Amino acid sequence: MNFWANPIQVTADWLMGLFTGWGMTEVLASILTQLLGIVVLITIMLVIDILLVWIERKVVARFQDRLGPNRVGPFGLIQPFADIIKLFIKENITPAGVDKVVYNLAPILSVFSVLILWAIIPLAPVIIGVDLNVGLLYLVAAGAIGTLSIIMAGWSSNNKFALLGAFRQVAAMISYEIPMVVALLIPTVLAGTMGMLGISEAQQGMWYVFLSPLAALIFLISAVAELGRTPFDLSEGESEVVAGFHIEYSGMKFGWFYAGELLHAFTFGGFWGILFFGGYHFFGLENLGPLVAAAIVLFKALIGYWVIMWIKYTLMRIRIDHMLAFNWKFLVPLSLVVLMVTALLNTLLRDTSTWVMAVSMFLSNVLIAWVVIEILRGRSRTEREKVESPAQPVVEATH
Amino acid sequence: MTILFLITAVVILASAMMVVTSRNLVHAALWLVASLFGVAMLYAQLNASFMAVVQVVVYIGAIAILFIFAVMLTRREMRDKGPGLNKNWGIAALVSLLTFGGLAVLLSNWSGFSQPSADFPSGFDAVGALGNALVSPDAFVLPFEVASILLVAALVGAVYIAYNPRSGDNRK
Amino acid sequence: MENEWLYIGLFLIVGVALPAAAIILAWLISPKKPNPIKDSTYECGMETVGESGVQFKAQYYIFGLVFLIFDVETVFLFPWAVSLGKLPLFAVLEGIVFILILVAGLGYIWRKDALEWV
Repeated sequence: MNFWANPIQVTADWLMGLFTGWGMTEVLASILTQLLGIVVLITIMLVIDILLVWIERKVVARFQDRLGPNRVGPFGLIQPFADIIKLFIKENITPAGVDKVVYNLAPILSVFSVLILWAIIPLAPVIIGVDLNVGLLYLVAAGAIGTLSIIMAGWSSNNKFALLGAFRQVAAMISYEIPMVVALLIPTVLAGTMGMLGISEAQQGMWYVFLSPLAALIFLISAVAELGRTPFDLSEGESEVVAGFHIEYSGMKFGWFYAGELLHAFTFGGFWGILFFGGYHFFGLENLGPLVAAAIVLFKALIGYWVIMWIKYTLMRIRIDHMLAFNWKFLVPLSLVVLMVTALLNTLLRDTSTWVMAVSMFLSNVLIAWVVIEILRGRSRTEREKVESPAQPVVEATH
Repeated sequence: MTILFLITAVVILASAMMVVTSRNLVHAALWLVASLFGVAMLYAQLNASFMAVVQVVVYIGAIAILFIFAVMLTRREMRDKGPGLNKNWGIAALVSLLTFGGLAVLLSNWSGFSQPSADFPSGFDAVGALGNALVSPDAFVLPFEVASILLVAALVGAVYIAYNPRSGDNRK
Repeated sequence: MENEWLYIGLFLIVGVALPAAAIILAWLISPKKPNPIKDSTYECGMETVGESGVQFKAQYYIFGLVFLIFDVETVFLFPWAVSLGKLPLFAVLEGIVFILILVAGLGYIWRKDALEWV
């Protein structure tokens, strides 16, 4: 096997040969090889995480018409390393009355829930941690652990504001999980499998964003809400609950919350790219080799991350009751309607050519969007009339 | 891999013990999460991938969080100050020992301990087969639809009981 | 026995160990100078007023409940979605009936104003 055609398998075989040559049993050697691979993957993810801090600060600076860090190293590239060193050597202030075990476990679980997602992301047809055939539900399960870590952080801090921030954040996160899971059902219907590799392979002909742009949009909105970023960042509303559930954290624990959030955004950008924008497919470029395919996936993840940052630095924060109303009264019914229409069209047009199916699905999405906009316009018209008309009786009464 | 099974069993049983004996209610809820995660590990060892992730998504992601919400909503004081045992603990211990003995005798005649059930053929799409079974007319389509009615009944009932529009609690 | 979950299990262990190692390293090399004022609870720089437990609205619980119901619904829909490609139209209609019954439930609680956050 050529190294460049399948680097992971070649390295794994070489390591297995090395370990069994040293006298270990098959089982132990395979466990050790897998362990080494996992440690390498997680370390790469953490290094990307550090670079994401730099990207985030530079991009927010440009959005706000300023330069961003540019003193420490060329273009400020050493800045995040300086930040990490600072976080390591800062004092860990543990407030009085906190629940020590839960308090220390929360940041670990928070970043853990993001790291484990990288086990199922297909970087190339041959570079994937493990191709679970329930990949999408695994994504939801990791989100569930993240939600739990926020409640743990908020409760154990022994602080009113932390608890409030945590509860509001968790209420928002669990609400937005429903449209996210329904939006995840749509690539499942189109591809016929929940496994990430299967969904990537099925997009060889046509990316799913063209078949169902509404699903991509709903997934993006729900993902931004799950991440707790603006416009849905009530837990970090500085004027409202100070810093939300991580007020009482300092030093590396806070560092894990912050870095975990950035890596989470990058991971969701990656999922958006894989589920809707073709994964590692890019007009045949991925056939050059698995490393090129991995670069394509990371590039799409960066573009998704840039879109999420763009949304964050342009929009204002939304109030929690608006946020929850938007979810339960708009996104959930809309996503269920899109799912039903997609499933129906997928089965009715199964035997026709790809182009007929693609065009009709795209048109159905356009139709649903148009109907929804008309309904919203009608409602806003009635709201406006209700506000403008009561002025009349007041004028009459002064006669 | 019996060692893995034994570790999982110890995790589940120890967490369950801690749920029942823990004084702090939120700690008890978190030990419950650990126990449920142990059950998910058990499903994973049996290669039932769908059940394992569904266990985490539904039990840990929804039910445990609902428990924690309920605990925080109804308790001013998170600690349980009463005595750990009441005066009938002797009889309760006797009854549970007899039950355990009875179950052990019953199971000792079961053949499953020596003959594990066959694995699925490789390439078997378990989730697809489950989906097929859920909607085919001679399998489980009626329970599938009745399940949705059950869910709506639970929803309507819970909202009817829990929601009080006149309480108007405007605090946070 | 090639179990793909073994890899996930190893991933989980490393995923907990690495952040924990970083936090332990930070704990080892950071200064430790606790004093009562630093360790007091943060309330925008003022002295804390009242107990640190607040009374919660029942609305949190209602939203958690509605989320649970819809979560179980989507879990039922996943096998349906996976097997749709090979099933006749009848199967799609059954799934749509399933979804519509739950949308009716959502409509009921919407009309009862249980989704308001006041």
